[in-house]
Amino acid sequence: MGSVNRRVLPGFSLSLGYTVFYLSVLVLLPISACFLRAGSLSLHDFWGAVWTERARAAYLLTFGTSFAAALINSVLGALIAWVLVRYRFPGKRLVDSLVDLPLALPTAVGGLVYASLYVENGWLGRYLVPLGLDVAYTRLGIVMVLVFVGLPFVVRTVQPVLEDFDAEAEEASSSLGATRWQTFHGVILPTLYPALLTGFALAFARSIGEYGSVVFISGNMPYKTEIAPILIVARLEEFAYGEATAIAVVLLVISFSMLFLINLLENWTRRYAR
Amino acid sequence: MHAEVAAATDAAVAPPRASGMRRSQEDPAWVRYSLTAAALLVVTVLIVIPVVNVFVEALAEGAGTYWKNLVLDADTRHAIGLTLTVVPITLVANVVFGVTAAWAISRFTFPGRTLLTALIDLPFSVSPVVAGLMFVLIFGLQGYLGPFLRRDGYSLLSYLTSLIGVFLWVVGYFLFRPSHTRARSPLWDRAWLVVPLGSVLVFGVLFGLQRYFHVWPENQSLKIIFAVPGLVLATAFVTFPFVARELIPVMDAIGPDEELAAVSLGASGWQMFWHVTVPNVKWGLVYGVILCNARAMGEFGAVYVVSGHIAGQTDTMPLRIEKLFQEYNLPGSFAVASVLTLVAIFTLVIKSKLETLVPSPAHPARADAPHPTGAKS
Repeated sequence: MGSVNRRVLPGFSLSLGYTVFYLSVLVLLPISACFLRAGSLSLHDFWGAVWTERARAAYLLTFGTSFAAALINSVLGALIAWVLVRYRFPGKRLVDSLVDLPLALPTAVGGLVYASLYVENGWLGRYLVPLGLDVAYTRLGIVMVLVFVGLPFVVRTVQPVLEDFDAEAEEASSSLGATRWQTFHGVILPTLYPALLTGFALAFARSIGEYGSVVFISGNMPYKTEIAPILIVARLEEFAYGEATAIAVVLLVISFSMLFLINLLENWTRRYAR
Repeated sequence: MHAEVAAATDAAVAPPRASGMRRSQEDPAWVRYSLTAAALLVVTVLIVIPVVNVFVEALAEGAGTYWKNLVLDADTRHAIGLTLTVVPITLVANVVFGVTAAWAISRFTFPGRTLLTALIDLPFSVSPVVAGLMFVLIFGLQGYLGPFLRRDGYSLLSYLTSLIGVFLWVVGYFLFRPSHTRARSPLWDRAWLVVPLGSVLVFGVLFGLQRYFHVWPENQSLKIIFAVPGLVLATAFVTFPFVARELIPVMDAIGPDEELAAVSLGASGWQMFWHVTVPNVKWGLVYGVILCNARAMGEFGAVYVVSGHIAGQTDTMPLRIEKLFQEYNLPGSFAVASVLTLVAIFTLVIKSKLETLVPSPAHPARADAPHPTGAKS
C-alpha cells in the first residue's frame, strides 16, 4: 500500500526531508545541545549541581506535589468521566467542554487566578484561611494548581474507555446477582485501571515540568516551595548555566522515561480495550 | 460570555448520549444525584469560579480602569503587539511543518515511521523551562553560536533567506511537476539533476545578491535570545506537535484514494493538494491551528527563560501578567489575563463546534497529551 503510494503520490522525499529537517533543527539539536553542555561538565561539577541540598528539596517537592496532584486527578477525573458518560443532566455539554479549559487557558492565568482566589481575602481563601487551610504560597497551593492543570488528562483517557464499555458484562454481572457496587468494583473498575493509570501518568508527566502556574502561587521559597523548574530559572538568573543545565538534564531524563512508560501503558490500554 | 450561554442552550436540546443505557447499567437515584453533584462541584471550584473571578477582578475598578490598564498602558500595549507578532509566525511555521509531516507519515510507509511519529510528540514531555534553556545554550552569549552571533550575526540572515529560497524552489518544482510521465518535458523528468543544480543556483544567486547589495549590516551582532527570534523559537518548540498530531489521524482516516484518483487523472501535486487534500482536512487543520494558537499565546515558561523579561521590549502577554502581579498591580494583571481567558473560551467554543465536523479518529480531547492513545478506535 505504502509503496504503491510512493510511486504514484508526489512529494514523498520532499515531505519526509522537510519533516526530518525541521524536527532536527527545532527539537533534536536543542535537546542534544542540552546534553552536550551537561556532558562538558566534570562529573564532580555535575554531581555538585544536581545533588545539593536545595536541589534535593526541589526534586522531592516536584515529585511529591506532582504525585499527590495526579492521585487527586485520578479520583476526580474518573468521577467526572463517569458522570459525563453515564448520566444525563442539564448543561452536560457545557461541562464536557469546560473540562478542556485547563488545556486552553494560559498557565500564567491559571496561576494568577488561583493565587488570588486562595489568599486571605480571596473568594475561597476567606472561608478556608479561618479554618487554618492556607493554600496560597504553600505546598497545598502547588498541588491545587497542578490538579487544575492535569484534570483534563484523566477525564479524557477514561471517558472513551467508559463509552466503549461492553454493557453485556454489566448485565451478566447483575443477572448473576451481584449488587451494583459489586458490579462496579469487580467488573467495571478493573477495565478502567489501564486508562486510569495512563491518565495518572500523563497528569504526572505534565505536572513535573509545570512552571507558569506554580510560580504565581508557590512563593518560591528555597527548600520549602521551590520546584525544580523554578530552581533552574533561579540558577539561570545567577548566570550559573552549567548548574542549570545539569538540573535540566535530570528533568529531561525523568520526562523521557515517563514518556516511555506512558507509551507502554497505552499499548497495554489498547490491548485491554479489545 | 455569550458563547457559554449558547452552549448551555445547545446542551438542553442535544440528544442524550446515554440513550443506549440498559437497565442493568442504571445506578440508584441517590447515587446518580450525589455523583453528579460532586462532579459539578469539582468543575465549579476548579474551573468555573476561577474563570468568573478573572473577569470580576479585571472589571473590579470599573470599565474605565479596565480600558486604561489594557490600552493606555504603553508596556501592556507593547506586550499585546509582541504576542500578536510572535504567535502568527509560529503558527505559519508549525502549519507548514504539520502539513508536510502528516503527508509523509499518513501517506507513505518507510523505515522509522513509528519513531518519527513518537519524536514529533517529544516537545510535549519537555518542561517549558528546559525548552527555553536549550535555546539559551545555543544562541545565548555563552552559548554555542553566541560568539559567532555577536561577531557577525546578521550574516546568518543571508544564509537563512537563501535556504528559504532553496526550499521554495524544491517545493515549487515538485508541486508543479505534471504527474503524467508522458506529458512531461525532460526538464521535469530529470529531477535528480535539475533539483540539486537548481538549488545550488538559487542559493548562489540569493546569497550573492544579498552580499553584493549589502542587504544586512556586516559585522554586527544579532540578538536572538532576549529578542523576538528567541521568543519565536521557544514558542515554536513548545507548540511544535499540535498541528501534526491533529492532522495525522484525520488524514489516516480519510485515506489516499481520492488523492490517488486525482493524480492518476493527471493532476499536478499542487492541484491535488489544493483541490483534494486541503478541502478534506480543512477542519482538522483549523482544529490544530486553534489549539496551537491557544498554547502559543499562553506560553510562559519557555518564553520566560529566553525573553529576559524587559518591559516594553520582550514581554509577551503572559509575561506581562507576571510582571504586573509582581508590581502588585492586580487589576492590570487581571485585565491582560481576561483577554487571554477570552481567547481560551473562544478556543473551546470553536473546538466543540469542530468536533462534529472532524472525522471521529481525531478524538477531541487529547489536545495536549504527550501521546495519542487511539483507545477510542
